[in-house]
Amino acid sequence: MENIILKAENICKSFSTVEVLHSVSFTIRYGEILGIIGENGAGKSTMMKILSGIYLQSSGEILFEGQKIDLKKPIDAKKIGISIVPQEFNLIKDLTVCDNIFLGSELIKNRLLDKELMKKKTIEILKELEVNISPDEKIENLSGAEKQMVEICKALAFKSKILIMDEPTSVLTVNEIKILFRLMKRLQKDGLTIIYISHKLKEVREICDRVMILRDGNFVTEKNIDEITLEQMAENMVGRELSQIFPRKNKPSDEIIFEIKGLTVPGIIENVSFALRKGEILGLGGLVGAGRTEVSEAIMGLRPVSGGEVIVKNRLISIKKPAEAIKAEIGYLSEDRQGSGIITSFSVIHNITLVSLPSYSNNTINWIDQKSELEAGKKYQKLFDLKAPSLKTHLEFLSGGNQQKVSMAKTLDTKPDVLILDEPTRGIDVSAKQEIYHFINSLVKEGISCIFISSEMEELIGMCNRVVVMQGGRVTGILEDKDINEEEIMFYATGIREGGN
Amino acid sequence: MVLLKKIDWQKYSSFAALLFLIIISSFLSPYFLKFQNLMNILRQVSYTGIIALGMTFVIIGGGIDLSVGSMTAFIGAIVVLLMNYLGPAIGSEVIVIVIGIATGITVGVLLGAFNGFMITKGKIAPFIVTLGSMAIFRSLTLYIGNAGEIRSSNIIYGEFGMGSFMRIPVPVWVMLILAAILNLVLNNTRYGRYICAVGSNQNVAMFSAINVDFVRFFSYTLNGILIAVSSILLASRFNAVSTSNMGLGFELDVIAAVIVGGTALTGGRGTVWGTVCGAVILGIINNMLNMVGVSPYLQGTVKGIVILGAVYIQRQKQ
Repeated sequence: MENIILKAENICKSFSTVEVLHSVSFTIRYGEILGIIGENGAGKSTMMKILSGIYLQSSGEILFEGQKIDLKKPIDAKKIGISIVPQEFNLIKDLTVCDNIFLGSELIKNRLLDKELMKKKTIEILKELEVNISPDEKIENLSGAEKQMVEICKALAFKSKILIMDEPTSVLTVNEIKILFRLMKRLQKDGLTIIYISHKLKEVREICDRVMILRDGNFVTEKNIDEITLEQMAENMVGRELSQIFPRKNKPSDEIIFEIKGLTVPGIIENVSFALRKGEILGLGGLVGAGRTEVSEAIMGLRPVSGGEVIVKNRLISIKKPAEAIKAEIGYLSEDRQGSGIITSFSVIHNITLVSLPSYSNNTINWIDQKSELEAGKKYQKLFDLKAPSLKTHLEFLSGGNQQKVSMAKTLDTKPDVLILDEPTRGIDVSAKQEIYHFINSLVKEGISCIFISSEMEELIGMCNRVVVMQGGRVTGILEDKDINEEEIMFYATGIREGGN
Repeated sequence: MVLLKKIDWQKYSSFAALLFLIIISSFLSPYFLKFQNLMNILRQVSYTGIIALGMTFVIIGGGIDLSVGSMTAFIGAIVVLLMNYLGPAIGSEVIVIVIGIATGITVGVLLGAFNGFMITKGKIAPFIVTLGSMAIFRSLTLYIGNAGEIRSSNIIYGEFGMGSFMRIPVPVWVMLILAAILNLVLNNTRYGRYICAVGSNQNVAMFSAINVDFVRFFSYTLNGILIAVSSILLASRFNAVSTSNMGLGFELDVIAAVIVGGTALTGGRGTVWGTVCGAVILGIINNMLNMVGVSPYLQGTVKGIVILGAVYIQRQKQ
């Protein structure tokens, strides 16, 4: 048993009286990359928060290098060498890369900050990670992928023995993932133990030595990676066999329902044009930072445009305010769930009706009809198989996948004709993804048209009738039917080829 | 369901604190539960209590208004000066009072709107805007009243503010009725939902097609109306306005009532009845300090400790 670095025994965790981890036991070996997979609410994140001292377990023991340890605060975990790269970014946007990396553990010389040494070390770490960011750059100027890299640097700036990575690739592009994996392999060679949490089974298979599967707060199984197939992983996660992940594509009509012409946001997007047919799923592909989210924000009136037209059902609409877009029956599911999608201190019901509230209070004194609000809540709870203790539960107590379902219900409750979904499956697990895919498909069958933004190639290929590829704020190509494949998308996304369609 | 109970408990904790305080006080002093004493407490807290109702909306929306005290004085001064000016010209005292009240409320709307406009369109932090307007309103009050006392020459104006209805003082009635209405506004209307959304997460609110600026602007305007109501009642009670003293230190009492009432200083959550409780709690504490003979100079210390304690408890719950 020499080679065991950490042993967790019968870990239970309850919030109030709801137990979310049921007596989970596992071991981690020195220098391995252990994959932990499971659906939303399976208890992965909770388990990792216990290991990193953010939560305290309700019962059970943790042995680190044979010693029983008590992790009451994050700093306790950091001290013994357990670092975490969290799923949601934990960086201060007004500070520089260097400041963030040493935040809370600043190096001191003569009672003052030793800025030079910190900068020197930051440069070293950045170089080691092959990240091309200046240590003096402010966080707010970085892309999502770059922020991720800074998070990893932050975790590695201190002598860590175990590095926990919670969904690290959800915002990364293919290339960045490759760099990350190379880095992980090298760190492993240097003796670091890594816990890798992911929904992306292929990645787990590629990078991990061993995989542990959790389901509904229970330990299901652990296997060496060469002893388990992708299908078996997926089945163990959901506890049933998966039918086909993507639904059959719907055939759209020829009627054009929505069109943008020459949309321009100075310095960000330039002359973007495309059309959407009724019942179509139109993908927006490209690398992180290609301007896809900005296009949807411009359509929704969240960004001032310097030129361009938005035409809905042959009518030119004004896009100065979000309310105008909602009125034109455009719905938008934003990419940043916590930042701009849902209010965590609001109940499920109040979130669902946040945008559509005028239709529940359509009278002179704007009195809210709480009975019909409740009915709407019940409807969506059933439709999405929402797992919440009650419709009055605040969203902060729900898992990421369930929050996403609420966010989606909120978008749909305005009864949009055109739906813009920005990374709708970001950070959620296979079976919830599948649910969302089938759900989107049933919407387009009913005649709703959909703009689908995704950084996952598989999704674009599996779901879309056509794919608009963007690069550097411009449309570089529009792919159709059999032309939609990984290679073609990459050609246009990287700007190697231009002017498709 | 357990989580739900926990949240509701938090919501009603200020009621529990009030009940506890009443029980303690009734043991400490035999006079405490006398009807006249209770009515005195309620009357005393009603002026700041009415303003605290408006401040509840401002704070839920993520803002703050420090100008409430000077605005009270400014509106009071304008109302009394106007009535004195109109008195000889218009025969009917009642018509003069009606004009005075209407003007007072209009000025309240305008001054509140000024704060709201500077905050939303000028994009200046609420603390700074209202700190500035606090100085402006007080200075203008001193100017138009020559820094002295403005006595009302109206014969009946001084009566209705002192009056009672069913043995309960008029200002107390006004506070309770306004609280009942605003409670419904907060919990049952679109505006109430929006102000909570804006205070919780402005970005989500903006993405949800809520007119964030208007929602915040309106909370200051609403606060202006309530300040005007309070000012008119207060001026009527003394039948005069002291330009240097009226409303002095109100901002502290008002913000204290809101916070002791359980509204989060960070915005997003709060209750109207909680604020009423908070105001009464502060009133009872003052009353008891008087009864047990604590120096009035120390009452500010107690008030400060109560505010810090309430905010501390809020922090622990988060």
